[in-house]
Amino acid sequence: MPVPAYTFLLLSGVLFTMGAVGFLVRRNPLVVFMCIELMLNAVNLAFVAMSRYLNSLDGVVFAFLVITVAAAEVVVGIAIIVQVYRAGRPMDVDDLDLMKE
Amino acid sequence: MMDTLAPFVLIAPLAGFLVNALFGRLLPRRAVAWIGAGSVGIAFIFSVNLLLQLLTGAHPLDQTYFTWWQSSDFNVPFNLYVDQLSSLMILVITGVGFLIHVYSIGYMRDDPGYSRFFAYMNLFVFSMLLLVLSGNLLWLIIGWALVGLSSYLLIGFWFDRPTAVLAARKAFVMNTIGDVGMVFAAFLIFLNLRVLDYQGLFSRVHELPKGGGVITAICLLLLVGAVAKSAQLPLHTWLPDAMEGPTPVSALIHAATMVTAGVYLVARMHLLYDWAPAAAATVAVIGGVTAIFAATIGTSQVDIKRILAYSTMSQIGYMFLAVGIGAYAAGMFHFMTHAFFKALLFMAAGNVIHAFHDDQDIRHMGNLRAGLPITFWTFLVGTLSISGFPLLAGFFSKDEIIRAALSAPGGEFWLGVIALITAGLTAYYMFRLFFIAFGWEWLSHDDRHLHEALPVQTVPIVILAVGAVVGGYIPVANFLSPVFGHAVEVGTGAFIGLAALSVLVALIGFSIAYLLHARRPDLAVVWRTRLGPIHTLVEHKYYVDELYDRVFVRPGLALARFLNDIVEPRVIDGAVNGIADFFLLEAREFRLIQTGRVGTYALWTLGGAIGVVLVVAAFLGYLPVRLGG
Repeated sequence: MPVPAYTFLLLSGVLFTMGAVGFLVRRNPLVVFMCIELMLNAVNLAFVAMSRYLNSLDGVVFAFLVITVAAAEVVVGIAIIVQVYRAGRPMDVDDLDLMKE
Repeated sequence: MMDTLAPFVLIAPLAGFLVNALFGRLLPRRAVAWIGAGSVGIAFIFSVNLLLQLLTGAHPLDQTYFTWWQSSDFNVPFNLYVDQLSSLMILVITGVGFLIHVYSIGYMRDDPGYSRFFAYMNLFVFSMLLLVLSGNLLWLIIGWALVGLSSYLLIGFWFDRPTAVLAARKAFVMNTIGDVGMVFAAFLIFLNLRVLDYQGLFSRVHELPKGGGVITAICLLLLVGAVAKSAQLPLHTWLPDAMEGPTPVSALIHAATMVTAGVYLVARMHLLYDWAPAAAATVAVIGGVTAIFAATIGTSQVDIKRILAYSTMSQIGYMFLAVGIGAYAAGMFHFMTHAFFKALLFMAAGNVIHAFHDDQDIRHMGNLRAGLPITFWTFLVGTLSISGFPLLAGFFSKDEIIRAALSAPGGEFWLGVIALITAGLTAYYMFRLFFIAFGWEWLSHDDRHLHEALPVQTVPIVILAVGAVVGGYIPVANFLSPVFGHAVEVGTGAFIGLAALSVLVALIGFSIAYLLHARRPDLAVVWRTRLGPIHTLVEHKYYVDELYDRVFVRPGLALARFLNDIVEPRVIDGAVNGIADFFLLEAREFRLIQTGRVGTYALWTLGGAIGVVLVVAAFLGYLPVRLGG
């Protein structure tokens, strides 16, 4: 018996919400990063599921694109985090507010 | 054969420039000198070869080597044009230039900027040769501008002297005025004839109405360039100041070659000037007036190089007069003899200046016959030649110009009279210089110990002295006849009559100089006071510099000061700062949104995303709200 599409969308929504909430409430930059990954992969899940459901490869292509962008984004993000750590700054996203000025 | 040889005339000095400019500091001085003088010597050998080929009946060369650029029907080739006229020019440029380079080896021997000097000199020779050999107007203008640049570099060679820097700047500004005229002339030519190369230009110039506005405007604009480069009125003020440069520079650039570029230009474009009689008459008038104007100033100066500079202006005035009345061959003839004796005079003056430890005031000089015998006698030869002493070079060439002017039917006759008077003035100021600077010993005892210059400095002068003596026997007019056509034959009677007249005039000038400055110096003082205001006027060069200062420089400075003090802070800064202040004030409220915290931004982003989803959903009808249709 095929699994109905809405279950995937529901799972995707739940995962995305977890990521978003985590992103907002957690203060460790590494955890924040993981939350971003969670959100991205929630979206990926929705893409792949709908691709299968609609018999179209567009969603899969999009998923690949998202994976690529995520990989690039991680490289930049981790580099920033390492630099912040080296500079002896506290590892707390709320204290990193130099952009204000 | 000629087409393969001609580029080497250009390549040799260019290579010399590049080597000396790039590696001159690393090379020993001897190598720098060999490269500097040798490259010009090689160019001279090639020039001689070209001349020989022309003499043995080769056709003038117009060879395109490559296409510089092309845009639809507009095509700028790099072509060289070697006919009798340009061949004569490059021969003098490389020949006299080579001698001056050799002289510089000795003259500049203690200068720290040795390699820089030779690099600039080679650059100058290259630019001048490019100007002369170019077969189209665009490359002519490039050479023209490069000549101005190298002149600027060489006048300001001793850049730690403020006066030299000022003089260099002045020369550059004046020359740039001329360059603008040249460029506009090229615009007009292209606009009306769609050509820029000489062949096309000369064959199509007759399509324009003779004496019409277009051709006259073209010729007058070219004349602006010629006047600036050749230091004719009213753009002459840079030349005397240019004497701030080293003396070999004065000899090479400001006597023998660069300043004659204007004469070459008019001679090269003679078909255009024949087609625009009004412009040609302007050339002649400017030449005649400059000749006498500069000669009178020359009578009152005390700086040896300045006297020679005004003399140069005056002699180039002769050449302008000649090419203006259509006696092109006579003008080029005088160009050649003038290159001989003026380079000689300048280099001899350089030796004198060195002997007196850079003092250029002729009143402080003396005892030169005993101290610097070679310089003394060669300077005398140069003085005799420029004054028109019979059978010397200057006698023939100057007489030819005066004869051409006097025998012309129209108002040129009066220009001939002016030229004749100028010949007398020339003899006067040259012998005044000679008697005061070289002949003081005849009046008082002078036992200062002086050193003759090195052989490397005196040998070139002696060679030029030979040229200044026998240069008049070279049949230049005959040689140039394929370019300008045959000159009118003059009867022997008229020739002797006019020669006698000009010799008489020169003799009067000489006698006055001898009386006032050798025999009775007390009379000179008396006459100076008697001529009071006139003498002051002449001594101050007719106050032209002061006039330009009042009319152009000071209003320009005042305008600049006004812009700097009022317009810049109030208007321009005011506008910019006002706009900035406005936004700063307005933005103060909005800045509070930017907390710098990642969380805040994420919340906004999330809110925005939810908002977008809601709006889209509402449009698609999934919500109980109705949006749009």
